[in-house]
This record gives sequence, structure tokens and C-alpha cells, in this order.
Amino acid sequence: MMESGPMTGPVLTDGTAGEPPRSADLSGVPAKPNPTGEIGGTFWRRFVFRRPLAALILQRLGLSVGLLFAVSLMIFGGIEALPGDFATTYLGQSATPQAVENIRKDLGLDRPWSERYLNWLGGAVKGDFGTSWASKNSVSEQIGKRLGNSLFLAFFAALISVPLAVGLGMLAVQFRNRMPDKIINVISLAAISLPEFFIGYLLIMFFAVQWGVATFPATVYDSMSFTERLSAIALPVATLVLVVLAHMMRMTRAAILNVMSSAYVETAELKGLGTFRIIARHAAPNAVAPVINVIALNLAYLVVGVVVVEVVFVYPGMGQYMVDAVTVRDMPVVQACGLIFAAFYIFLNMAADILAILANPRLRHPR
Amino acid sequence: MNLRSIPLSAWIGIAGIAIAILCAIFAPAIAPYGERDVVGDIWLPAGGDFLLGTDNLGRDLLSRLIYGARTTIFVALAATVLSFSLGMILSFAAAVMGGFVDQLFSRFNDLMMAIPTLIFALVVLAVLPQHLWILILVMAVLDSTRVFRIGRAVALDVAVMEFVEAARLRGEGSLWIIFREILPNTLSPLLAEFGLRFAFSILFLSTLSFLGLGVQPPAADWGGMVKDNKDGIIFGISAALVPGAAIATLAICVNLVVDWLMKRTSSLKGGRGDA
Repeated sequence: MMESGPMTGPVLTDGTAGEPPRSADLSGVPAKPNPTGEIGGTFWRRFVFRRPLAALILQRLGLSVGLLFAVSLMIFGGIEALPGDFATTYLGQSATPQAVENIRKDLGLDRPWSERYLNWLGGAVKGDFGTSWASKNSVSEQIGKRLGNSLFLAFFAALISVPLAVGLGMLAVQFRNRMPDKIINVISLAAISLPEFFIGYLLIMFFAVQWGVATFPATVYDSMSFTERLSAIALPVATLVLVVLAHMMRMTRAAILNVMSSAYVETAELKGLGTFRIIARHAAPNAVAPVINVIALNLAYLVVGVVVVEVVFVYPGMGQYMVDAVTVRDMPVVQACGLIFAAFYIFLNMAADILAILANPRLRHPR
Repeated sequence: MNLRSIPLSAWIGIAGIAIAILCAIFAPAIAPYGERDVVGDIWLPAGGDFLLGTDNLGRDLLSRLIYGARTTIFVALAATVLSFSLGMILSFAAAVMGGFVDQLFSRFNDLMMAIPTLIFALVVLAVLPQHLWILILVMAVLDSTRVFRIGRAVALDVAVMEFVEAARLRGEGSLWIIFREILPNTLSPLLAEFGLRFAFSILFLSTLSFLGLGVQPPAADWGGMVKDNKDGIIFGISAALVPGAAIATLAICVNLVVDWLMKRTSSLKGGRGDA
């Protein structure tokens, strides 16, 4: 039982988002040979010794790629293992056996799944996700168009929400347990509990329908100018901002508060330093890492929040594409979108990890 | 613990949850009309015969809201209980057995958590047939990854304490240690976690239903009701906002209670975890 020591269990109490495994694999960087294997041997050991930071980052990169690989296997193979047959579910219960057989052959389902998986993965690496079952169009082409739209939306949401969240979080810390903090606390607690679509429809109801200051179906098309696009996505962006803001702010508050309640800040206070100096010289450098972590985790969440918001606002992005595909059981599209969403999620989490290591030297020398 | 020490916000939360549960249990007695009865014109405004108006097919919105409480709370609660049992058993087993089992469970859990929950659910629900129990099962399995992580952390915290070691030296089995030594000592944080997961389940179920992949019509369910009535928004008809508000209110109430529970446990531990 004591073998589970290096897992550092109790530290990981936050269940906020799926971070890639950060425990066992990096615990023995200088001492033990590297567990990722491959590079292995003495060269890797020398490299770790001379450039511990680069080695650590390389390790994280490798880990993420490996994770993505496992996820692709899960999205493809795991589904294969589930009960039910694509062809039958696709055609419905009343399909004749002959029709099922035909469609199986048509979609290439009669080949063994390992062969199909390798085909699919090989294509996916090259950016080819096959053809949609429903529309017979190229999946990659559709995704290419829609991914840009989704990223456009998420980018502006991040641009607004990140500074706002950090600022409000700091404000809450500054007025800890006083009125502004309590107000922010109650409002953010309420905001966390609101489903995305409810916020979206509330905004539509007031801003688009009653006051007429915003456009409702947030459709964008190629011929639109940049400013037209911006005004079209105003409401979806506002919804996304409201969705992430509360989470991000609460986590920022917790992270800063954690630093502010540490012994060295207390020492600084007792020394008689001014509040500003304490924050600028002692608290801020140590709070950077957790705050960056918070931001990256919430950006990862943003990628997912996009799905619902796009459906609410009829916005032509990835999320809408995926939900439509799920309702008609168009598996190639579902798998492609699932993989891309997961990839964004994994790499944002990895970025959070790496930035945290860069910002906090203590993480470079794990015990 | 006495009743006076419970803050006002927690009382509001408890009252809200109680009302929702009463509505769910006594739905046929409270609801003025049937769940699926078309009783009037479509999208009648609130007031008069229909307290909250009618929906997109002319069904009474209030009645559907009350019946919807039933479906929503039942599915969310079932999923939470299931995910909790699953996550707890696996995480405690991992913490107690350690070694290879622990590694296996933890790495698999990391893999599951590397895919965003909603995306995972969408992928899985695209393949599986649409049944209520499948929905509950999918929600439970996906949610249990979060429970596993927290359960394992909490259990590891306790598993290294002297009384657990004493029990082990006495020769007690793993099951005895889990149920008689670890579980009673981890109950408080786990209770708060249960509330949090329940609130999350309500929101998650509503989102799935809103996307058309959760509870299937004609059964009433709050998320599905938003989906049914969403086309009215553009004409200024607020029918979709009513079930949305119901979801939000219930989730807020649960969160208020959880907030109080968390503060209580953190003050028991000497103020650890200030957020």
C-alpha cells in the first residue's frame, strides 16, 4: 500500500478538469531512467541532467501525444466495443437484414475494426477524416470551415473573460469577507448554476427581441466583413463570457488567497511593508503559476461550452456540426469532431502544465 | 450541530430543494392538467386558466413543469447515486490495495478525464440506442471519473492514519477497512461532493436533453422543455425561459447547501481550503 506514496494523492483534490497525468511519470526525472522509454539510454539521461527544463517539457509533449493516441483509440475502438451495430442503429429497428448487409458493405463496416481504425488514424494524421455518411461530403472540408468559426468565437470570449476574471478575482481578494467579496461570491455562485442555454436565451430575449440591439440567429457567412461578424457574435460571446467568468473568477480568488495566506506574506506584513509592495514583490510572482493554470483550464472548458452556445445561437461552428451528426448518427463526423475537441482539451491542459513549470521553478525539481 | 447555526442561504437552498422534491413526488396531485394533454391554444400567455401559459403544442406549462421535476430529479439523482457508488468503490479499492491496481485504475481514469465530459457523452450517445437507463448509465460512468479522483485523494489521506494501520495489523480485510475505518472518516467532504455532483448532473442532463439527446419526448423534462419552446423566443414568447429558470433555481439551491457544507467541513479541518 505504501508503494502509492509518490502519487501525491491528497494534493489533487480539485476535480475541475481533466489534467493529463502529472504524477508518477515525472517523479523520477534526474534519478531514475525516463519512463517514456524510446529515447532512453545514456543520451537521454545526460540530456535530462544538462537541460532539465527542456527535458521536462519534452516529456509533457510526449505524454500529451500519447494521451491523444489513447483517446483516438477510445473514440474509435471503445465505441466499437459498445453493444449495438452502426448499420442497424443507422437504419433503425425496422430495417431488413438485406438492407443492413448492403449498408454495412457500403460503409466498409464488413472489414475488421483494427484495419478500419488504422485507416482512419492514418487519414486523421494527414487531416483526412473520410466522408460523412449522411451527406457524402468530405468531413475535413466541413470541419475546416467550421473550426475557424468556432475558434473565432472562443478567441473573443477568452479575450474578454480572462482579464475580467483575473481583475474581479483580485478585487474579491482585496475586499476579502467584506461586502464586494460577498456580492461577487453570491453572484458567481448563481452564475455557475445557470445552464449555458438559459443564459443564452435570456440574452436573446432581452437584447435581441425586446430592445433590438443585437442580432439573433448569429449566422456568419464568407462574404461578411469583419465588423459585421463581430456584431453577429456579440451575444454568443457574451454568453460564453458569463459561463466561464464565474468559474475562472472563483478559482483565481482561491489561488491568490492561497498565496496571500502563506507565511512569507504574513512576514512581509509584519515587517511593515505596504499592501502594494507585498502584492507586487511577494505575492504576484508566486500567484502567477496558479492563475495561469486556472486560465488554461477554463479555456479548455470554453472549447466545450462552445457546443451548447453554438446550438442556441444557430452559429455555424464545430459544436453545431457535431450535435447534428449525433442526432443522425453520422459516425465519421462524430468521431472527427470528438477527436478534435479532445485534442484542444488535452493540449490546453498540457499548456497549463508547461506554463506552470516555467512560472514556478519549484515544480522543475519534483521530489 | 444546531439549527440556528445554519445560515440563511442554506435555509433558502433547503427550502428550494424540498419544494422541488415535493413537486416530484406528488406530481399527479398538484398538477392542474395531465403531462401530455393538449388543453388549449399554442403559446398562450401566462395567467387565466393556465398559470404559466401553454407550450408549443398547447400543453399546460405548469403541469409539465411539475411532471418535469419528476423526470429531471429522478434521472439526475439516479445518475449521481450510481456514479458515486461506482467512483467510491473503485477509488477506495485503489487506495486500499495500492500498487498495480491503483496504477491501473488511476491511469484509466486519467484517460477518461482527458476527453471533455460533454464530448464523450455525445460520442457515446451517438452509438447507443435511446433508453432512459442507458442515459442514466452513461451519465453515471462519465461522472464517476470525477468522484474517483476525489475519493482516492480523500481515502489516501485517511488510509495512512494510525487507526487504519492498527486495523490492518489486527488482520482485518480490505472490505472491513473500507467500510468501517475509511468511510466514516471521509463522510463529511464526500457529502459536499455528492451535492456538487448532483447539481452538475441536473445541469448535464438538462444540457443533453436540450441538445435532443437526453430524455426523449413526450416525457416532460426541463431541458427538453426548453428545446420544445425555443422557437418561441424569437417572437418574444418566454415559454422556454420558464423551465430554464426552474433548472437554474434548483441548481442554485443545491449549490447553496453545498457551499454551506463545504464551509462547515473546511472549518472543521481548521480552515483548510478557503475558497
